[in-house]
Amino acid sequence: MRSTPLYTETVPGGSTWSHVLKRGTALRITDAAGGANVAAYFLNFEMPAERFNLPDTLKAQHTARLTKGHVLYSDMGRILCSITEDSVGWHDPISGVSNAALIEKRYGKATYQQAHNNWHQNARDGLIIELGKYGLGPRDLHATVNFFSKVTVDNDGCLHYSPNHSRAGSCVELRAEMNVLVLLNTCPHPLDPGDVYAPKPVELSISSVPAPRSDDACRMLCPENTRGFLMTEFYFL
Amino acid sequence: MATINLQISPLRPETAARNFIVEAGDPFVHEILKGQTVRIVDLEGNQAVDTLFFNAHDYADRYSAQDTIREQGNIYLTTGTRLISTEGNVLLTITADTCGRHDTLGGACAQESNMVRYAFEKRYMHACRQSFLRGIQHWKHGLEKRDITSNINFFMNVPVTPEGGLTFEDGVSEAGKYVELRAEMDVLMVISNCPQLNNPCNAYNPTPVQVLIWDEHVR
Repeated sequence: MRSTPLYTETVPGGSTWSHVLKRGTALRITDAAGGANVAAYFLNFEMPAERFNLPDTLKAQHTARLTKGHVLYSDMGRILCSITEDSVGWHDPISGVSNAALIEKRYGKATYQQAHNNWHQNARDGLIIELGKYGLGPRDLHATVNFFSKVTVDNDGCLHYSPNHSRAGSCVELRAEMNVLVLLNTCPHPLDPGDVYAPKPVELSISSVPAPRSDDACRMLCPENTRGFLMTEFYFL
Repeated sequence: MATINLQISPLRPETAARNFIVEAGDPFVHEILKGQTVRIVDLEGNQAVDTLFFNAHDYADRYSAQDTIREQGNIYLTTGTRLISTEGNVLLTITADTCGRHDTLGGACAQESNMVRYAFEKRYMHACRQSFLRGIQHWKHGLEKRDITSNINFFMNVPVTPEGGLTFEDGVSEAGKYVELRAEMDVLMVISNCPQLNNPCNAYNPTPVQVLIWDEHVR
């Protein structure tokens, strides 16, 4: 059961957001207009050498997509966040983030001088600048997740981007299992075929949530997650 | 079944400038200069070779699995794959491959991930990220854990299904299969010859691999 939000905010498209999401709270991200993409990256705020590990997340849960019930693993076998709600059903962990060259190639160049705050920004630079605010830098940005986007892999290994995957009002909720430095960026998905730079806004809300119970759906998804929760709880002993 | 393309190399082992054997459970760190070709040989079959590459002149610019996958539009690495760095540079190109498919989604095993995946008592079994840390600590030059990013698993088979499933399957490699890469810039190669005993990535029997390096224009 979700309590009244402690905090709400709308993040415009093409922007970067960060926050130390505390254990005992959850962040809900809502696609405000439809067609949003949110690149996301996570670190243990107390020990940033521990951070989101994409391969460990995928192989522990035998998945190449992320949805409700999945958790986001650090490189230390612990859980940074759990996906406790999801109305989308598929979030992309494979395609990575846009960069300056990709955005210019697809949408043309629009500098700050030319376009002021409507300039064409990219996720990689946004995330690295944001990491810089915490004393971190390019070496600290590893593989990321794209919320609200779907990319499937066919039997030959080829990627297929699914257009119009997320509708307005779609949401995903991330429960912090430790104090997590969360970085989000709302630039377009790097495989979005559109030729007009029109990144979409998202609404954020943070609420207090109870600690995961013994029958928590994320904990019970697979034996790996049961052990992952125990390892995370051991960290706090 | 997915299409597998095999490409044989014209290079002869006797003309290689360098020739190393890397035993299972060992790290191997070596620079490959622009124009040189490096071959990794799966000597006894089904041996995962976890590998990282860095721009030799700027270690912050390093192999990126996600950028490599996205730019070629395919999750499997084989002949023709260009290994893309975080700064968008082409580090190396795969020029020959008699195995046909290599993984870059499965990452490297670690003591901690083995605890999650298998059992807490697996903690003290040897793992790739132990070897990666030892390799970069001995190499010095400031490399540390944050430089161990998503790696390549040569000779490893991690199929993804259209429904979004991911599994570790028996390898498609066998004794004598090899993969060969041409360095497009000076790179640092960091290998962990995988010691994993808990899944079929090494056919439950980790074995040595061979690393051969040819100078440019040698046949």
